[in-house]
Amino acid sequence: MKILGSEITPYKTYLNRRKFIKGSLASAMLATVTSSAFANHDSDLSIYTKNLNENDKLNSYEEITTYNNFYEFGTHKKHPHLNSGNFKPRPWTIKIDGLVKKPQTFDLEKILSNVTIEDRVYRLRCVEAWSMVIPWQGFQLSELIKMAEPLSSAKYVQFVTVFRPEEMPGQQKRTIIWPYREGLRMDEAMNPLTILATGLYGHEMPNQNGAPIRLVVPWKYGFKSIKSIVEIRFLDTQPETSWETLAPWEYGFYANVNPKVNHPRWSQGTERRIGEFKRRETLMFNGYEKEVAHLYKDLDLTKFY
Amino acid sequence: MFSTRNFNRSKPVLFILILFPSLLWAYQFVTGNLGVNPIEKLMDELGLMALRLIIITLMITTLSNIKPLKSIVVLRRMIGLFAFFYVCLHFSTYIVLDHFLDMKFIIQDIIKRPFITFGFISFLFLIPLASTSTNNMIKRLGFKLWKKIHYLIYPVAILASMHFYVLVRADKTEPVIYMGIIILLLLHRIFKRLTRPQLAQ
Repeated sequence: MKILGSEITPYKTYLNRRKFIKGSLASAMLATVTSSAFANHDSDLSIYTKNLNENDKLNSYEEITTYNNFYEFGTHKKHPHLNSGNFKPRPWTIKIDGLVKKPQTFDLEKILSNVTIEDRVYRLRCVEAWSMVIPWQGFQLSELIKMAEPLSSAKYVQFVTVFRPEEMPGQQKRTIIWPYREGLRMDEAMNPLTILATGLYGHEMPNQNGAPIRLVVPWKYGFKSIKSIVEIRFLDTQPETSWETLAPWEYGFYANVNPKVNHPRWSQGTERRIGEFKRRETLMFNGYEKEVAHLYKDLDLTKFY
Repeated sequence: MFSTRNFNRSKPVLFILILFPSLLWAYQFVTGNLGVNPIEKLMDELGLMALRLIIITLMITTLSNIKPLKSIVVLRRMIGLFAFFYVCLHFSTYIVLDHFLDMKFIIQDIIKRPFITFGFISFLFLIPLASTSTNNMIKRLGFKLWKKIHYLIYPVAILASMHFYVLVRADKTEPVIYMGIIILLLLHRIFKRLTRPQLAQ
C-alpha cells in the first residue's frame, strides 16, 4: 500500500490558511444563510485529497464533528457535538513529568511555536466497527518527546485528559473513572505515524474532537487516540489505561486494529465506513502494516490485543 | 370505570400511534435523514421500540389487576404483535442492511457474541407467541396450554433487556431501568401467585 504522504506546512502559513478559511466561511454564511456552514471546505479539498489512498474518500466535516465517542461530553455519538459548547480550550498547558530530565509544564502556544504543523490524512477505525477518513493537522509526537527529554529508563508514555466536570457534563457521572488515561510503548510513541493533532480540515480542533490537542495513532482503535491532553508521563512500566481498567477482557493495552482478533461485542473482520452502505474488510493495522508491523514482530497479538 | 368498549375504541388510534415511528424511520432512512450512521441508528431505534413494547405488554397484565382498568387487557394482543413487528424489522435490518445477507458471518456472529445470542433467542421465543395469537389458536390449543406457551414472554423480556445491557459500553443506566421494571413486574406476579386465596386453603 501507498505510504501516506504529508504536506509540510510551517505553523504560520498554516495559521494564515486557517484565517483564510475562517474568512471565507464567514462570507459564505453571509451570502447564503441557508447553505450549510460546512460547505466552504469543498473549495480547497485538494490539499487533503492528494494524500489519499486510492480506496479512501474523505469524510465530510459534518460527519467528523457530529458523530463522536467522547464520553466526557456524554455517551451518545451526538452528545460531544451538542454538549461541548462551554468547553474552553485556551489557554492550555501540558504537564510533563515522570522519568524526564526536568519535569515541567509547557504552554501549548510554546509547544506549537517549536514544531512543524503538517497535514495528515488518516483512516480512523473505531473498536465499534465503524471508520472514517480524517484530514488532521498536527505534528509528530516524537517532536514533543524530544522537547520533554525523557530518561533512558522511560519505556512507556502515559497521557491524561483534562478533568473539568463543569465544562464537560459527561464527567459529572462516573461512566468511566475520570480522568481518561491512555498509554503507548515508547517505540509506538516515537513512530512517525503517531501525531498530536491540533486541527482538522484546516480548522482549530473542534471541542468535540478533542480540543485543543489530541493524540492520533492511526493503526490502533480510536479509543487509544486520547483527546484534550493535559499531562504526559514517562514511565518504566506499562501504564493503566481507561478502557482496559473498565473491561480488561474486552480492551487491551495495545488495541491494534486486527481483523483476526475478535472482540466479544463486535466482529473486527469488517467495518462500516461512515457514508458507505456496504461494509468493507478491515485491514491489518488499519492498513498501516508496512509502517508498524515491525513493532510487534515478537508479540503474540492474540494475547496482547 | 373503563369498559372493554372504551379500550376497543382506542385501538385504531393506538394502532396508528405505534405504527407511526416505523414509517417515520423508514422515510428518514430513505431520504438520508437518520444521521451519519443511518443503519446503526435504524437498528437502535427499532430495537429500543421493540423492547419498550414488550415491557408495555407485561405492564398491561399488571395494570389489569386494578379494578377500573380490568379491561385494558384487550389491548395486550395488539401491542404484543407490534412488539413482534418491531423485532422483525430490527432483525431484518441487521440481516439485510447491516450484513447484506452474509449468512456465514451472521451465524458466526449469533454464536460468538453473547449479546447477539440473547437477542436472537429472544426473537425465536417470540415466534410461537405471535403465531398463537388468534382466538382460533386459543380454542385449538385450549386456554391452559396456550397460557403456558405465553409464559415465554418472561424469558423474551429478560433476554431482550440483557441484549441491550451487554451492548452498552458504559453508563448502563437505561438498560438497568428496563431490567428493573421487568423484575418488578415479575415480582408482582410471583407475589400474586403466592398470595392467591385457593392456595391458602
